[in-house]
Amino acid sequence: MSTGRTLFGPAFARRFGIAWLAAGYVFLFLPIVSLLIFSFNNSPLPSVWAGFTLKWYAGLARDREMLSGLWLSLKVAFSTACASVVLGTLAAVTLVRYRRFTGRTLFSGMVSAPLVMPEVIVGLSLLLMLVSVQRALGFPERGALTIWLGHLLIGMAYATVVVQARLQDLNPELAEAAMDLGARPHQVFLLVTLPMIAQALVSAWLLTFTISLDDVVLSAFLSGPGSTTMPLVIFSRARLGLNPSVNALASVVIAVVAIGTLTASYLIARAERERARAIAAAQRGDG
Amino acid sequence: MSTLPADFRAAPPASDEAAASVRGARFARLLGRHGRLAVIGIPYLWLLVFFLAPFLIVMKISVSEMENVNFKDLITLKDGVLQLSLRLGNYLYAIHDDLYFATYLSSLKYAAVTTVVCLAIGYPFAYFMARARASLQPALLMAVMLPFWTSFLLRVYAWKALLGEQGWVAEGLMAIGVDHLLVAGGLIPALGKFMNSPFSLVLGMTYTYLPFMILPLYANLSKMDMRLLEAAADLGATPAVAFWRVTVPLSKAGIIAGSMLVFIPCVGEFVIPELLGGPQTLMIGRVLWDEFFSNNDWPMASTVAVLMILLIIVPLAVFSRYQAEAQERRR
Repeated sequence: MSTGRTLFGPAFARRFGIAWLAAGYVFLFLPIVSLLIFSFNNSPLPSVWAGFTLKWYAGLARDREMLSGLWLSLKVAFSTACASVVLGTLAAVTLVRYRRFTGRTLFSGMVSAPLVMPEVIVGLSLLLMLVSVQRALGFPERGALTIWLGHLLIGMAYATVVVQARLQDLNPELAEAAMDLGARPHQVFLLVTLPMIAQALVSAWLLTFTISLDDVVLSAFLSGPGSTTMPLVIFSRARLGLNPSVNALASVVIAVVAIGTLTASYLIARAERERARAIAAAQRGDG
Repeated sequence: MSTLPADFRAAPPASDEAAASVRGARFARLLGRHGRLAVIGIPYLWLLVFFLAPFLIVMKISVSEMENVNFKDLITLKDGVLQLSLRLGNYLYAIHDDLYFATYLSSLKYAAVTTVVCLAIGYPFAYFMARARASLQPALLMAVMLPFWTSFLLRVYAWKALLGEQGWVAEGLMAIGVDHLLVAGGLIPALGKFMNSPFSLVLGMTYTYLPFMILPLYANLSKMDMRLLEAAADLGATPAVAFWRVTVPLSKAGIIAGSMLVFIPCVGEFVIPELLGGPQTLMIGRVLWDEFFSNNDWPMASTVAVLMILLIIVPLAVFSRYQAEAQERRR
């Protein structure tokens, strides 16, 4: 705002901006803070404070249904994240490297559609297909495997977006230089491109892990008897009403995710800085 | 994790490099010609089998006749007569039934209202983020993404307590008299009763999808060339005019992307209406869920899914065109 003729003056605009941002962050973080606080509340009523307690956390440790759900969710999330990063990287490389091939429009449409497609549609259609396959071939039974397939569909789409953004920002001259020095395309990918997109791969892994760990709708369609994931347990309890043990679980999840995300982003930022330093040093010619 | 690759690049031992290139050459012979085919083919095939094929099956089942637990074949060859039988009853029912029709309309209405509210909150938010001090911006961005990393289900659940009786937000809204306005607007059933209403539904969806609106807008606004605003000011535009005629048109791509990222999933949203909307708020995602899980009527659930796809097919096309264009522009 370099001009003097502002509507209310620059000071007002500044204060208004700060107030708007502050209100927005309060809106975004209020539910998280309230979950944390009421997980220590010594009353089954969710909004009336009745003193400090740890009983909900103690109850959580004995909650077999929740714990076995958590274990299944962790297994599914881990394998979803790994497979999503592999498929997402292949899809991202395809979209960035190969500008022309038959059916490219269909491909890019199919990659981005799961980002916004309502999950009930994805869940229903995948389930109906798997049931058809099962009737013809006798497998797969509904369970962890079918949940994994569903999560992978969504996870791959997110992983593709994250990796694709990074691939596009790469300086193409680096790959060309490697080619000029005699590297073959896959060598360029493994020795030049892959180390440079490593941070994006870590981000994509963490993101798809979180998405899988959190999913209700796809899991509900694709789970079978005996394969109840943690979000399904939470959802069935939340539908019945409020439950402080859910708050305790939420607090644990929030703490773990917050620590994990902050650590990962700190490490990513540090690696980024080191890389920038190494590049600068190399460009000065003393690397 | 972070130091290792940098060290490796700085001083690769010669023997390792040679070994790598031998290994690489073998790899090249193996992949060589087929490399491109594999890179494109694997994700392509995967999407065809697990994303496209299921939709075709849903379309087929929506017009199939049930025979006990099996579906009859659509095309049969009997006594030398090739028969194609499509059962359109579900579609006719879904189109003529008033409740279904009202549900489609109200799904579109809630999704549209949520999109507008997200844009009204998110645009100024992204704008002020992009104008904040450059050193602050990574932290501001991180803070928008952090709730997105914590469980969506649990955050929606938290609103149940916040809006319920004696909840913090409920008390706050009553203190400033907002509930009178909401009752007058027909958004909540009675004074102080915020839960299970159109208000709590839209609030929950706005809360959940707001980061999806902010992030593309911020990406767009933070890249804007500030010299254009200076040029506008030099040419005599007031800040308000410059904002309306320079900033907003330049951020059109971000507005479209954000709006689609909010609108499309909201049309078919299930979890939020189920937890916050109460039985009165009609949403098509819940109809599909009930047809499938409560009524066990797979053809009807498939019909609802096909009709839902028809509702979102245009926004979906806009969205994927924008994605493709954004990708072209970045190069």
